[in-house]
Amino acid sequence: MQQTRSVEIGTGLFVLLGMSALFFLVTQTTGGDSFSADDTYKVEAWFDNVGSLKTRAPVAMSGVTIGRVTSITFDPNRLQAKVVFEIDSKYGKIPDDSDASVLTSGLLGSQYIGLQAGGSEDSLKDGSEILFVQDAIVLENLIGKFLVNAGSGDHK
Amino acid sequence: MKAALRDIYNNFLEFVRTFGAFQLFLLRLLQHSPHLLLRRPGLVIKQVYNAGALSLVIIMVCGLFVGGVLGLQGFANLARFNAEDSVGAVVALALLKELGPVMTALLFAGRAGTALASEVGLMKATDQLSAMEMMAVNPVKRVLVPRFLGGIIAMPFLSAVFICVGLFGAHVVAVDLLHVDVGAFWQQMQVSVEMDDVREGVVKSIVFGIVASHMAVWEGYNAMPTAEGVGRATTRTVVITAITVLIFDFMITAAML
Repeated sequence: MQQTRSVEIGTGLFVLLGMSALFFLVTQTTGGDSFSADDTYKVEAWFDNVGSLKTRAPVAMSGVTIGRVTSITFDPNRLQAKVVFEIDSKYGKIPDDSDASVLTSGLLGSQYIGLQAGGSEDSLKDGSEILFVQDAIVLENLIGKFLVNAGSGDHK
Repeated sequence: MKAALRDIYNNFLEFVRTFGAFQLFLLRLLQHSPHLLLRRPGLVIKQVYNAGALSLVIIMVCGLFVGGVLGLQGFANLARFNAEDSVGAVVALALLKELGPVMTALLFAGRAGTALASEVGLMKATDQLSAMEMMAVNPVKRVLVPRFLGGIIAMPFLSAVFICVGLFGAHVVAVDLLHVDVGAFWQQMQVSVEMDDVREGVVKSIVFGIVASHMAVWEGYNAMPTAEGVGRATTRTVVITAITVLIFDFMITAAML
């Protein structure tokens, strides 16, 4: 009897330790930019180029994560990329003429959507579209433009 | 010449037969598992204790030093690129995705797998298993399944403990000894580790738990009922488990990328 008791206590301690270790790993090592909200609304935006934006990428306003990208699809009729993202309903008063741009965090960081507040009285609602967008900056295009400009400058 | 060919053929056939029996044995274990887990959880708890709680010390000591050496190596090599701050991310990813589950599985095979194989092998050598059959007790159900399940339950927890202690070891080395900024250490880790990485580690440790327990129980159950046979079964458990775990590790990683 005494022996089963100590075995049971040992097992209980072991499983508790294992579970707390697992809990620690799940909560503490992951997700610095984790975003979770029960109540969200969806907004869409059309981009010519989303760069290397991924689903689950953060949507930030003034640098604070307020939402997350839920889907990125290419529309064959509009020939543009449709990005749908959800925003926490807490932030329900974002002007509907705000503009969305694909930005990069840090020099080599991952890409995210940055929202810049507009001045409209009406706010974004579920299913509304952001009209003012700025595409991802592709480094090759940028260098290309720079080289063309430098080249034309030499001829003068 | 003909005899040699027949020998090769027979050996090959024997190999295929063993392999098939090995798989059928897994099915038998799985078939009895739900019933035993519901009706006789006490037997399983005892084996979780044997396989898990008793392996904690070796897991924690090894985890501490593996984490520490990762911190040391990560720091020394990342410092070449002025990226010492990423040492937290490197250590966490390495531990979560690879070293945690694999090292735990290898240590588990050495500590718990051998104990299982020799215990079952000795039971067979001393005719305890036959005695059970005589009493109309199914030894697979009564002896093997609890040990198999205990190993599978213990493995993910052992792996999680290994990783946590490893992170602690890396923290001690990188932050306390080498003065990496503590904020950068954790922030870099949290930015680069995703839930999928944790999930990959858990999936791996469960699969390795199945592989290691299955192998140990099988080897013990099929050991030659002699002192030498039990010894050989114990050795084979470690060797074959180690090989299988590493092969499975490669395949799971490839499948999950």
